[in-house]
Amino acid sequence: MKVELEADKCVASGQCVLAAMDVFDQDDDGIAILLEEQVGDDRLDDVKEAVAVCPAAAIRLVEQ
Amino acid sequence: MRRIVVVGASAAGLSAAETLRREGYDGTLTLVGDEPLAPYDRPPLSKQILAAEWEPERLALRTPDALAALGLDLRLGVAATALEPADRTVELADGSALPYDGLVIATGVRPRRLPGEGAHVLRTVDDALTLRERLTPGRRLVVVGAGFLGAEAAAVAWRLGCEVTLLEPAPVPLTHAVGMEVGRVLTNAHLERGVKLRCGVTVTEVTEDGVRLADGAQIEADEVLVAVGSLPNTEWLAGSGLTVGDGVVCDEYCEAAPNVYAAGDVVRWYNPLFGTSMRIEHRTTAAEQGMAAARNLFAAPQARKPFAPVPYFWSDQYDMKIQAYGYLRGHDEVAVVEGDLADSRFVAAYRAGDRVTGALAVGMPPKAIRQWRQAIATGAAWHDSVRTTVPAVES
Ligand SMILES: Cc1cc2nc3c(=O)[nH]c(=O)nc-3n(C[C@H](O)[C@H](O)[C@H](O)COP(=O)(O)OP(=O)(O)OC[C@H]3O[C@@H](n4cnc5c(N)ncnc54)[C@H](O)[C@@H]3O)c2cc1C
Repeated sequence: MKVELEADKCVASGQCVLAAMDVFDQDDDGIAILLEEQVGDDRLDDVKEAVAVCPAAAIRLVEQ
Repeated sequence: MRRIVVVGASAAGLSAAETLRREGYDGTLTLVGDEPLAPYDRPPLSKQILAAEWEPERLALRTPDALAALGLDLRLGVAATALEPADRTVELADGSALPYDGLVIATGVRPRRLPGEGAHVLRTVDDALTLRERLTPGRRLVVVGAGFLGAEAAAVAWRLGCEVTLLEPAPVPLTHAVGMEVGRVLTNAHLERGVKLRCGVTVTEVTEDGVRLADGAQIEADEVLVAVGSLPNTEWLAGSGLTVGDGVVCDEYCEAAPNVYAAGDVVRWYNPLFGTSMRIEHRTTAAEQGMAAARNLFAAPQARKPFAPVPYFWSDQYDMKIQAYGYLRGHDEVAVVEGDLADSRFVAAYRAGDRVTGALAVGMPPKAIRQWRQAIATGAAWHDSVRTTVPAVES
């Protein structure tokens, strides 16, 4: 599946990094960065967790 | 379990509903909310919405498609009015009754008000839109309460060209939340910009042309915003037998009664990480607790997990981004462990007993804060953490 990030909604909480470190990172202002756009099934649970805990509803998973 | 009801359709309630589906629950899932809108986000209300940078459409927590995919029995614009745990039903204001096998309570809080008419509060989209219409250049806004909410609104109003006065009963705003030193730094941001601040004053009443203070003095204003804290929405639980006292009282599993769980701002639960019961009004905790409550409701009894988060919140005021981890209230000591208070760029660590229990950062990169979150999550000893991270203090 594909991960979409709306960076201008991001509030820099870093919750996504805590949930899925290998998919998300933060820049120096704390704004989330996508390390990988495509995630395989093995990473899906963590990314879903990130979607759920993001306090800005800035992350989405889309089917391709 | 074939019928689960979630009451409260905001951050915590939505998160609980989503989690139930993710965990594989495929029975009837009813989400009840007294607001007419689909679940939306509140933090931007005192930021981008008040500043008119965003229109309300951006607040939606999920797209209509994502919401539809949950297959909810969605009841919006109708309040729950009573809970009968004995026959496992929730009664609604429209006269209907919802039988349940499992229940999640996520009814949040509402603003505390003051006597008198005509003041604004800031909790809903309508509140924010009503206030923003009035924040035109030159208008005099009095904000009662200089907590995080009041401070954010003051910052936006100042930027919009209003003449802003903050009124605060404590000698230094936010002292009980973040300590006096840090409170002073945050307060300076207002003073530097010409926002007026009067501390040690108690507002007793909202009047036609402003507010009245306890000493009888009158402060004139065109608009008054009351931001003096909130009250948990628990009235509908009266007579249910649940324990209510500054929130729905829950154990470490977020359980209030058998098959009844609660999440978000409305809950006072026992957080084993800090060994104390707490009620937290933070956006991320609401979502996390919604997940935890849903999982514990759906799990086999022996598979339940205590909800032991490191609370986190952020606040945007002027050009400051404030971020805090942990439980800062009731701390014994605050130490600046990075940066400098005078520059408004720092990390402050909080000690309770011999542990690191909190950290607050202003204008610091994420890496500087993350290690402190880790220290709190692992219950690190104060003396180890503070000594190893600030060698400069010792040299
Ligand atoms: C202006 C503002 C700014 C904020 N900024 C930040 C911030 O910067 N950072 C941060 O961490 N947190 C912030 N917060 C706090 C954050 O928004 C809350 O912690 C979060 O909304 C809590 O979610 P909740 O679902 O528990 O409760 P709520 O959001 O209060 O939702 C509860 C819902 O239940 C409904 N309800 C109540 N009673 C009933 C009933 N009887 N029947 C049916 N429905 C009912 C309510 O109307 C509401 O829709 C802010 C809050 C506000 C108001």
